[in-house]
Amino acid sequence: MDQIGGDLRLVSLRKEFGDFVAVDNIDILIPKGSFFALLGPSGCGKTTTLRMVAGLELPTAGQILIGDHDIASLKPYNRPVNTVFQSYALFPHLDIYENVAFGLRRRGVKDVATQVEAMLSLVELDAFARRKPSQLSGGQQQRVALARALINRPEVLLLDEPLGALDLKLRRQMQLELKRIQTEVGITFVHVTHDQEEAMTMADTIAVMNQGKVEQLGSPMDLYENPKTTFVANFLGQSNLLTGEVMDRGDFVGVKVWGNHIKIPASRVATTNAKVWVGVRPEKIYISAESNHAHDHLGNQLIGTVLERSYIGVSTQFIVEIPGFLDDEKIMVFEQNVDASEVKAGDRVRISWDPSHTFALDAKQDAYAGDVLAEAE
Amino acid sequence: MTSKKWVPYLLLAPGALWLALFFLTPMFNLGATSLYDPSGSLETGYVMNGHVGNYVDALSEYWPQFLRSFTFAAIATVLALIIAYPLAYAIALKSGQWKNILLILVIAPFFTSFLLRTLAWTAILGDNSSFVHFLQNIHILPEGGRILATPFAVVMGLTYNFLPFMTLPLFTSLEKVDPRLIEAAGDLYSKPFNGFHRVVLPLSMPGVVAGTLLTFIPASGDYINAQLLGGIKDTTMIGNVIDRAFLERGAYPTAAALSFLLMAAIVILVASYVKRAGTDELV
Amino acid sequence: MNWIRKNIIMIVGLLVLFYMFIPVFVVIALSFNEPKSRLTYTFDKFTFDNWLHPCSGAEAMCPAVMVSLKIGLISTIGATILGTLMAYALMRYRFRGKGVANLLLFLPMASPEVVLGSSLLTLFVSASFPLGFWTILIAHIMFCLSFVVVTVKARLAGMDPRLEQAAMDLYANEWQTFRRITLPLLAPGIASAALLSFSLSFDDFIVTNFNSGSTVTFPMFVWGSAQRGIPPQVNVIGSAVFLIALAIVVLGQIIGARKRKALAA
Repeated sequence: MDQIGGDLRLVSLRKEFGDFVAVDNIDILIPKGSFFALLGPSGCGKTTTLRMVAGLELPTAGQILIGDHDIASLKPYNRPVNTVFQSYALFPHLDIYENVAFGLRRRGVKDVATQVEAMLSLVELDAFARRKPSQLSGGQQQRVALARALINRPEVLLLDEPLGALDLKLRRQMQLELKRIQTEVGITFVHVTHDQEEAMTMADTIAVMNQGKVEQLGSPMDLYENPKTTFVANFLGQSNLLTGEVMDRGDFVGVKVWGNHIKIPASRVATTNAKVWVGVRPEKIYISAESNHAHDHLGNQLIGTVLERSYIGVSTQFIVEIPGFLDDEKIMVFEQNVDASEVKAGDRVRISWDPSHTFALDAKQDAYAGDVLAEAE
Repeated sequence: MTSKKWVPYLLLAPGALWLALFFLTPMFNLGATSLYDPSGSLETGYVMNGHVGNYVDALSEYWPQFLRSFTFAAIATVLALIIAYPLAYAIALKSGQWKNILLILVIAPFFTSFLLRTLAWTAILGDNSSFVHFLQNIHILPEGGRILATPFAVVMGLTYNFLPFMTLPLFTSLEKVDPRLIEAAGDLYSKPFNGFHRVVLPLSMPGVVAGTLLTFIPASGDYINAQLLGGIKDTTMIGNVIDRAFLERGAYPTAAALSFLLMAAIVILVASYVKRAGTDELV
Repeated sequence: MNWIRKNIIMIVGLLVLFYMFIPVFVVIALSFNEPKSRLTYTFDKFTFDNWLHPCSGAEAMCPAVMVSLKIGLISTIGATILGTLMAYALMRYRFRGKGVANLLLFLPMASPEVVLGSSLLTLFVSASFPLGFWTILIAHIMFCLSFVVVTVKARLAGMDPRLEQAAMDLYANEWQTFRRITLPLLAPGIASAALLSFSLSFDDFIVTNFNSGSTVTFPMFVWGSAQRGIPPQVNVIGSAVFLIALAIVVLGQIIGARKRKALAA
């Protein structure tokens, strides 16, 4: 067991439950020592993937490699992998000390005291060693679950929605805490979550999953700035997606959107198709009165009318109607509240953004994929 | 995780084997015995000749006891339901912090031997008991009238003895009823009884079904109450007949036929009841 | 008047509860009785003698109680072990034939005792197996088994399967997981299953009556003496069993409440 080590690789990993394909031949490489997140809505296969790595589900096909060892068919207790379970699964009849010592004792470690104490102080719970789990707060229980797994120095630590049961403030705090601990111990963390902010705060690399497949894999910035699918564009933050048709290709691709000419860097066009979705994030857009030409240099520009303006503290959000656009192609604009905005509802406005903030996706994809609000309807 | 497919079978094996040997095999054996030639005896041995006549004899001779058993059991079940419902309701929805104590109190009487409690009733209902004298004095019971050794006493005994089998399932299903539902029903202008009728009763149906089965089945096969509380004639139940046929007369084939008929009748009754309750009332 | 209307259900409930206790009070009262003759079952004179000397005056009773205790204990141990294993298999594994196993467990509970008892009798007689202590034991384990399985299954259903998965994740193999996590968490359920088994076995008359041969258990002694006159010492045993069982259950409740309180503190 101890000799197994290295990167974690999932090779054509597949899991079927009857007719339902939960995980559909995914391939992922997770470098040793990285903080990796599997992000996606519930039912996307991320938890099943995690459980296969933990050994709690047997894959239908495929390999799970740590270094060169395929662990896919090993029992959970024979893998150098430990898990922080959703809602923690702390043993209610054992105290904190024995919960943390559990893994060491099962592996026949004689003197557990030093290690347990060191681990309890890493998670700042020294004073609670003899308490029972139910006597701790949610945040403390979370840290016990982490300590109980980490003490075994696994090659890979799996975290299944580890912060789901905490309130917002504590969640923020624990995100930073988890990141600190990961950097300190240098163990590969694989983190499953449906919360995009949580994934982006902590992970070096994120795999966005949808319907058993990996939609896109990359750094948080990469995924956010340059989504390759409508699902990623909508699931991570919000996007304006507009119907476009490619007119000419070069370093910059020229796209026509209902008669307006939009430029996109060729590297940000994810399809060779002529029909595309032209995407731009709401906060990348400048909004000004039609007569104001201060942002003309940016390159992409549209003229329209403000339908709605709402002040939400950190920003002001506008919904702008562009003549000739479809009903569901109203453009959302978020403006930082640095100065009081000159624009009011009903005003004619000029909206401008940089071509390098534009992206183009294959128009065959559903424009609403991954849109939490649209899917809820 | 489930790569060792034989593990669950290994865990089940000892218990399942026990039931196969000492529940299923006896059932087959009972069926076989019921077809033996009745002219044999324990001493001379029996001849297996598929004597279906045992069933004809059993039914023609003992159908009144069969009928009485099911009638008594049915009345006792209905009475138990009427008595147990308010108790289960009170514990499940009205008792607050006293819930656990009341639950213990429901089970507690049954830590006293079944036989002793039934014998206690013979003392309470006996001809010279103060309870019977009291009933005679207020003319509920005629002068010289008795309770012990009447069908009433037997039905009362059955009702009493199987009461917890009714109360506990009712409690379990009533406990799951959210008290806010009753408040909501009140809020929506339903009268208290309407709220009960439309909200609580349907939700407690699984408990009613389980409770009636758990009361009816043992009550219909019981003979202790009939023996201790009943008289010589009008109270004999099928259990008494089977017991005597096996243990006193040694008429195994007839006794086995009776036993088999009782089992079959119960299986049919229960199956049709579950089916009806399952489709018409449970939904 | 309003108070009565408001609490009518509670009042009726408590009356029913009182009704359930009437025979128990009679049994306890009669345990202090010094009857004029063996055949009367009415309260004549108060005495402590029955409690002080339960075995004298009813010579056959104490051996019968011993037999019942022995059978109760052994069949409880047997049924609890077999039933716990079965419940665990049924709740924690997916396998072919689960429906058949559930049916096999349900049927004995749905069979009247006369049928269970008489069918076993026919088996033992045709196999020429001598009736007595062992046949009673076999029968008791058989009818206790289903009740154990139902009780333990209910406890397992309330247990988060992630606890066992977490143990396996932390290097405990199947046996260690069962021994260190499942079993301790299951203990209260197993304890109540055992208590139920013991009271079913100790109190059983009908099935025992068919399969006892010449062995006499306590209920059989009571049955026999019901024809000839019941010695008051019988009620001492009945009352004592009642009080002991009540004490065990109350104690269990207090321990449970303490644990919960300690956890909440």
